Amino acid sequence: MSQSFDEITAQLKRRHRKSARLKWLSMGALILAAAFLVVFITDMLIKGLPAFQQAQIKVEVSYSEQASEIPLAALEEDVRSLVSRGFLRLIPGRMEDNPQLLGTSPMQWVLADAQVDQYLKGHHSSLGASERATVERLAEQGRAELMFNTFFFTNGDSKLPEYAGIAAAALGTVLTMIVTMLASFPVGVMTAIYLEEFAPDNRLTQIIEININNLAAVPSILFGLLGLAIYINFFGVPRSSPLVGGLTLALGTLPVIIIATRTALRSVPDSIRQAAFAVGCSRWQVVKDHVLPLSLPGILTGSIIGLAQAMGETAPLIIVGMVAFIPDISASFTDAATVMPAQIFTWASEPDRAFVEKTAGGILVLLAVLITLNASAVWLRKKFERRW
Amino acid sequence: MNRILKTAAIAAAVIGVTGVAQAREQVRIVGSSTVYPFASYVAEEFGATTDFPTPIIESTGSGGGMKLFCNGVGEDTPDITNASRRMKVSEFERCMENGVTDITEAMIGYDGIAFAQSSTNEPVDLTLEQIFLALAAQVPVDGELVANPYTMWSEIDPSLPEREIIVYGPPTTSGTRDAFGELVMEAASEEMEAYGGEAYTDIRTDGAFVAAGENDNLIVQRLSENTDAFGIFGYSFLEENADTLSGASIGGVEPEPEAISSGEYPVSRSLFFYVKNQHAEEVPPMYEYANLFMSEKMIGPMGYLKGLGLIPLPEEMRAAQREAVKNHEKLELSDLQ
Repeated sequence: MSQSFDEITAQLKRRHRKSARLKWLSMGALILAAAFLVVFITDMLIKGLPAFQQAQIKVEVSYSEQASEIPLAALEEDVRSLVSRGFLRLIPGRMEDNPQLLGTSPMQWVLADAQVDQYLKGHHSSLGASERATVERLAEQGRAELMFNTFFFTNGDSKLPEYAGIAAAALGTVLTMIVTMLASFPVGVMTAIYLEEFAPDNRLTQIIEININNLAAVPSILFGLLGLAIYINFFGVPRSSPLVGGLTLALGTLPVIIIATRTALRSVPDSIRQAAFAVGCSRWQVVKDHVLPLSLPGILTGSIIGLAQAMGETAPLIIVGMVAFIPDISASFTDAATVMPAQIFTWASEPDRAFVEKTAGGILVLLAVLITLNASAVWLRKKFERRW
Repeated sequence: MNRILKTAAIAAAVIGVTGVAQAREQVRIVGSSTVYPFASYVAEEFGATTDFPTPIIESTGSGGGMKLFCNGVGEDTPDITNASRRMKVSEFERCMENGVTDITEAMIGYDGIAFAQSSTNEPVDLTLEQIFLALAAQVPVDGELVANPYTMWSEIDPSLPEREIIVYGPPTTSGTRDAFGELVMEAASEEMEAYGGEAYTDIRTDGAFVAAGENDNLIVQRLSENTDAFGIFGYSFLEENADTLSGASIGGVEPEPEAISSGEYPVSRSLFFYVKNQHAEEVPPMYEYANLFMSEKMIGPMGYLKGLGLIPLPEEMRAAQREAVKNHEKLELSDLQ
């Protein structure tokens, strides 16, 4: 059957239209995704950036006998309600440590109450009219200013929004991730090496493979339940500790690392293995000296992505008690700790509205860390990647 | 045989080491998410002003807290549990069975449950019965129980506004929902003949009631988006958002601190914590924390917790509760019945 020239032209046009449509559709999908991302990030930036600044006011602090009993007495009456309780409650302790302070009354910058902070930032504030007037007056005299919020990066959680910080959670995340990596990386990589390089291809290994792929899709909360039953109840690992949290998250990271490592091992061409065998290498030498070094970038990328995923996990940690109120910063693997996403979750449910910016600020910090991790994964891949 | 002995010795040593590592200065607290903001404030103050580490508080819900608390005596069980309701008899019995036999009860104050709306609306006055009729799964119409037919408030009572019935509230896992069921649904249905004096707490599932998640902030946000809707949440969230929300008065009583503490406002409940006295020796700072919690500067009418939305007990009750905690008074089954 022959086609006329017109028919062919029409068909060609149709096909071109189809491919143009597909192009626009896929581009639309990308634009939609990008729009969501832009809206989300702008919202977080608008809400979260103020968290990196905190109001401080300059007041006269008189370290008198009375102040060591009732800290409020250290301040003049009009500013008493404007100064953070986080500063006041430390006065007696500080006077005990520095006896020479007694009788002095220096002018100093002190942390202001969250309501003052919110008022200066133009947010909703529950300050009364006279307090507002005082803040205005102080601001005019240059005695009330928004300064860089060091507390946010050096403190743990607090009920006082102005005193709350992400440091305890950040350190908790680091400790938890160290445990996760130590537990899941060696086991994951060795498992993958065995399955890929040594194991015979039979029914048993197929079943194992299916199960590993399945595990990667199991909801993480189940790992939490497993962690509670095995680590805490059976082995007696301390509840809420980075140790138990890290081991629990390792269960979820393990399949990701195994799958990534297997893919990386598989992408090493067989000719390399054959060449090594040909010069008399044992199987272990082939793996150790040739296959593993060549697949390392892929393994590292997979592991870092698995780590980033574990870092954003909250659900299993609720079950092992890591979603808790942790104001103390502790660098121990067995003390109670919390992690960044859990901290964000805790702040998001606070009634006090000054915590809104803390929540968004915490999200920004978490995003920054995740971007750094993912960027380093890309960099590692680019640096060591070999093309065949 | 020798090998078995060796293994046993090593195992014992390991257990011993972990035991020493766990002998703790740090108080462990679990329980209600309603009491959590107050407890964590006290805990932080305790950590900052004493030499003891800050107690660890997990917000597990009242029921979850009781479960962990009653699991037994020992270092891996919590020392204190918070509750937004009194301990149930069944929970007390479970405690006894597991060897938790010496418990002190402390009532710390009240919390009101607000039935609130966006403040762009006119103020509304509701009765418990009207709220019940709006939310029950089955309501009496002409003496017979039928699936709830009401879609507008004005259909329940012509004096009510012509607004669609949409109520955002906590999910069934929440203590606030339990309290709402008891204080509103049970209280109203027991007065109504159609239920034969039985308590009826089933809430309709046809979309008029929306379970909006444990996070009360979500409900607050939704109320400013949907100004027709009402929301059910703890009084502290109403207080914090007083500029955008207003609480409906119930039976003519506004949700205000005095009305809640006097019991005049019908939807209010007491908040508690329970101390495991058997841990007194292993966890010495436990009582110092409890005493700080009960001190006038925390739960008094001028105390810090009032600023967070806790409604103080009357003076004599505060004193009595404080004494009870100081003397480690033992909770008896007869107290709960």
